Amino acid sequence: MTTVQTKGPREKLASRTAAMIIMGVSTLYFLVPIWWLFISSTKDRADFGSTAGLWFADFNLFENIGALAAYNDGVYFRWMLNSILYAGAGALLGTLFAAMAGYALAKYHFPGREIVFNVVLGGVLVPATALALPLFLIFSQFNATNTFWSVFLPSLVSPFGVYLARIFAAASVPDELLEAARLDGSGEIRTFFTVSRRLMTPALVTIFLFQFVAIWNNFFLPLIMLRDQEFFPVTLGLYAWNTQVNQIPEIRTLVIVGAFLSIIPLIIAFLSLQRFWRGGLGAGSVK
Amino acid sequence: MTTTVHRTPVRHKRAIAIFVAPFAALFAVFYLLPIGYAIYQSLLVVQRDGTFGPPVQVFGGLQQYILVFQNEAFWASVGRVLLFGAVQVPVMLGFALVLALLLDSPLVKGKKFFRLAFFVPYAVPGVIAAIMWGYLYSPNLSPFIAVTSEVDLLSPQTVLWSIANVVTWIYVGYNMLIIYSALLALPSEIFEAARLDGASQWQIAWSIKIPLVMPAIVLTAIFSIIGTLQLLAEPQVFRSFTSSVSSTFTPNLAVYSTSAVPNVNLAAAMSVVLALATFAMSFAFLKFTQRKADK
Repeated sequence: MTTVQTKGPREKLASRTAAMIIMGVSTLYFLVPIWWLFISSTKDRADFGSTAGLWFADFNLFENIGALAAYNDGVYFRWMLNSILYAGAGALLGTLFAAMAGYALAKYHFPGREIVFNVVLGGVLVPATALALPLFLIFSQFNATNTFWSVFLPSLVSPFGVYLARIFAAASVPDELLEAARLDGSGEIRTFFTVSRRLMTPALVTIFLFQFVAIWNNFFLPLIMLRDQEFFPVTLGLYAWNTQVNQIPEIRTLVIVGAFLSIIPLIIAFLSLQRFWRGGLGAGSVK
Repeated sequence: MTTTVHRTPVRHKRAIAIFVAPFAALFAVFYLLPIGYAIYQSLLVVQRDGTFGPPVQVFGGLQQYILVFQNEAFWASVGRVLLFGAVQVPVMLGFALVLALLLDSPLVKGKKFFRLAFFVPYAVPGVIAAIMWGYLYSPNLSPFIAVTSEVDLLSPQTVLWSIANVVTWIYVGYNMLIIYSALLALPSEIFEAARLDGASQWQIAWSIKIPLVMPAIVLTAIFSIIGTLQLLAEPQVFRSFTSSVSSTFTPNLAVYSTSAVPNVNLAAAMSVVLALATFAMSFAFLKFTQRKADK
């Protein structure tokens, strides 16, 4: 007989303890670096190198933020604004376009539909970084490198968004409802924006967040496209500062505070939208 | 009685066009065109009239590809990311799978907290995470100086694995959530039956849950493979912390430094080779796992 008898309470306690230890150690692994970043951003330059890394010394957070705001005419906050524009507006428009295309692929029959979908799927597998160099070459033909648009426009395209939108639209918008809307005399476009969009909302939030993160984290495209720091997203700006730490030691504090402030918006966005993306995240894999 | 009027070919042509057009146009201009342009550029070579003559681009066939295949630094970088991926991807996905199974088991309390805590690093961009870990690794600024003063985590021998840790730190929670959502979607009756038969949590996880969430694990594996071959931000940042990361450390760094020479034609050929390799590897992995599943 290989049947395992119902386990005694002691064994249960052992596995429970083991499980909680794994969870606890993992929590430390994931959160201690962020705790360190927070602590470090409250220290002045002398304390950063000389006091215990994981606990407070003199609380200098606001002085550090002041120094950050003053450095180079507050270019840091310009970078934050750029990142919010690139990622926020880019993901918003990108999600709209992906939703419309995915919806059409799910809900309408037209010749070439499968070909279009397969080309888009192939696009998911093409690494975005492989596009950065040719995009730079194309934009330089039009003297359009080193502009806001050279980073913004390519960020609008999300093949993975179309893929998700198609799956979500097929699952959440019933054909009967569309027929009913047609009988009521609603046009296809209006039906999409009034009825279908609402049914697809959890999916759209997921697509939006995915694309927001992808644009916010994108490094190669801005690195290769941009020269003037007024167009930099915050990641590229902090990277550029970090390369100067050895020449300008006082900039290290700014890198640390800047890094800490830059991750706050994304963490807030995730926490506040989590009831949406939690439902949507697994959908790409469940076919 | 359902009245699905069977579609006479293509109703709502205008609506379909309006829905598809914006994405299609952007996809064509910023996805397909660059791919075509990269291929075109990769087929050109630069010639000069004499030593000081103006450079002219002429058609050179596959010459750039021959140069790519002869480029030792490029292949060393490919080998490096393959080694990286062969170790880091299984470790990361194994870690993510264990956490997802624990979250899904009755053994763990406070699931909501753990789920969020593990996911937070995903909100940290690669550049920022690399800056942060760069200081954590540093021999004299790290809070773990007891470790970092003994072991040089930024030496040529260790830096690849130090970068692997950064990537793992960012993506474990994300992959865990994908697997966890797939676990939540499984019908619980299956486990009830197994538990009544006396199966332990381990047996349930190993023989029932893991096989059923395989599609989710395959998806995370493919995205991880794509991500590994594209490694750029983390090693590029580490170049400010250590000289152990060369300008051709990963294939994308090689593309970047070659294009900065500037030798755009060779860099374009490298991009094409890299894109094809990525495409081929994820496709092969997908087919391989599908065939295994069919058996």
